[in-house]
Amino acid sequence: MSKTADAFKNGKAFIPFVTAGDPDLDTTKKLIIGMAQSGADLIEIGIPFSDPVAEGVVIQQADERALSAGATTDKIFDMVSQVREIIPEFPLAFMTYINPVYVYGCEKFLAKCEELKIDALIVPDIPYEEKEELAPYCEKHGVDFISMITPSSENRIKMIAKEATGFLYCVSSMGVTGVRSEIKTNIGNMIKSVRQVSDIPTAIGFGISTPEQAKQMAQLADGVIVGSAIVKLCAQYGRECVEPVKAYVKEMKAAIAAE
Amino acid sequence: MSKGRFGIHGGQFIPETLMNAVNELEEAYNKYKDDPEFIEEYETLLKEYAGRPSLLYYAEKMTKDLGGAKIYLKREDLNHTGSHKLNNVIGQILLAKRMGKTRVIAETGAGQHGVATATVAALMGMECEIYMGKEDTDRQALNVYRMELLGAKVHAVTSGTQTLKDAVNETLREWTRRVSDTHYVLGSVMGPHPFPTIVRDFQSVIGREIKSQLLEKEGRLPDAVLACVGGGSNAMGAFYEFIPDESVVLIGCEAAGLGVDNPKNAATMANGTLGVFHGMKSYFCQDEYGQIAPVYSISAGLDYPGVGPEHANLHDTGRAQYVPITDDEAVEAFEYLSRTEGIIPAIESSHAVAYAMKLAPTMDKDKIIVVNLSGRGDKDVAAIARYRGVDIYE
Repeated sequence: MSKTADAFKNGKAFIPFVTAGDPDLDTTKKLIIGMAQSGADLIEIGIPFSDPVAEGVVIQQADERALSAGATTDKIFDMVSQVREIIPEFPLAFMTYINPVYVYGCEKFLAKCEELKIDALIVPDIPYEEKEELAPYCEKHGVDFISMITPSSENRIKMIAKEATGFLYCVSSMGVTGVRSEIKTNIGNMIKSVRQVSDIPTAIGFGISTPEQAKQMAQLADGVIVGSAIVKLCAQYGRECVEPVKAYVKEMKAAIAAE
Repeated sequence: MSKGRFGIHGGQFIPETLMNAVNELEEAYNKYKDDPEFIEEYETLLKEYAGRPSLLYYAEKMTKDLGGAKIYLKREDLNHTGSHKLNNVIGQILLAKRMGKTRVIAETGAGQHGVATATVAALMGMECEIYMGKEDTDRQALNVYRMELLGAKVHAVTSGTQTLKDAVNETLREWTRRVSDTHYVLGSVMGPHPFPTIVRDFQSVIGREIKSQLLEKEGRLPDAVLACVGGGSNAMGAFYEFIPDESVVLIGCEAAGLGVDNPKNAATMANGTLGVFHGMKSYFCQDEYGQIAPVYSISAGLDYPGVGPEHANLHDTGRAQYVPITDDEAVEAFEYLSRTEGIIPAIESSHAVAYAMKLAPTMDKDKIIVVNLSGRGDKDVAAIARYRGVDIYE
């Protein structure tokens, strides 16, 4: 059974993202455990892809670093199984692109997810129309397939929200991932449309980096997703990134917990 | 199964941010493709601006020299801007205008598609930005200046392998940033539905002209149609009309770089496996974990790790054959056609010429091969000189 819903039971959820294998898998393992113990409610583990078209330059470069350091899907699975020895029940998600999953074999990949007790799978290049490629395997193996809505979804929001499982990933702005100084989208209206058809938890991602932004977003949704800001710390501190990231996660969780 | 499938290939594997854009494009295309006013405007521009129909030229010296099948060259190199790319760009930009878009963006490999897009954008008064791999801006510097001359802004893409695949990544990213006023003029029969269909339809004029021109000259269909394949737009344009004519052998010539057994190649049909990338299910050069391979070809326009989904399906069904051609063979064909017929072909098109040189001598003299000469080779002269050790700078 997926434990995605548990992530939303502890007030507003803080969902950090980390690129697996940047700078190496041992550091990623320490990061995941460290973040889990510092207030994160669900952790997105990015399986790096050579051509991540939904990512801004920060995560693109992290993917490149991880792949050149030798990260592979199988090695990432091994790392997660070591993580599971320490935090067996903590909600975890994989985030990657369809090609690494498809080429590994959707059945084989999701069976492995079930074995590792992965709770959710996020694949930004599988829109609603192509869901059948992956969602049936997710369902079979008890992994939530995460749907996304964006500022350009408009008339599609209800169609997507109706069938969403786990939580609904609300993309805050147009464009790719990356830190933004300001988020101008009327996210309140997006969430309103969702609420007309579904009670599913919502989490806002893309562009969020400061505690102020997180606080503001947490007023609108059930959770906040932060990727690039954490990956930047990994780039800056390398193997020494665990402590600064833990401090950052604590600060962010504190900022949204009050909401 | 989702929309835009060719057998198992194709589909719409793109971020949600772009879904309304491709849906709007599909709606607009379905509305205008049979609209008499749209068709007239498109055909008038093809005739008056692009200079169509392009010639179907009997390469008599080459035919005699090779001593086998009769060789005809479909002269897409004589199209305005020097390649077949303009056929598609005119159609897409007319469509973009009707959709109320004021800005176009495009990827380019060799620069042919970028030049064509910049050209039509200038003609139609649209803002234009082109994404081109840094490595390609170096090896095709003249085309960069040409695009700038036409009023386009050229971005040198420094991510990944800095070639065509990365240019596509970056154009897709830019489209997600600014989709409301911007149309992505995709240059090949690839990407998410409806692009493979739209681009094929706008390029299918090539095959229709070949058929009617050859019927006029020879009173019959060709025995084989040859074209180079990167993403596959000139090949799809040349093949499409002949798919129902089963006597016509369709042969796509892909870039084998230093050889299909050498890691430095871009021969997707020979070496690729099934995957999902750049919006489509198709064949890709990639590793066992689905990481896209850093491919290589002397030809920037064929230096792409995938192939359009309709080609993948023609490969599966066996309706078309795909053959690898190495850098060496393409360069020899480049020089051979220049010397023999006084026609300098693009290094991309030289891959198809190279296979014609192998195939023609094995066929009887009453057989006919049509080679789609998709572009002219002026842009490649300096690079070929350097390949031969002559120190020429553009």
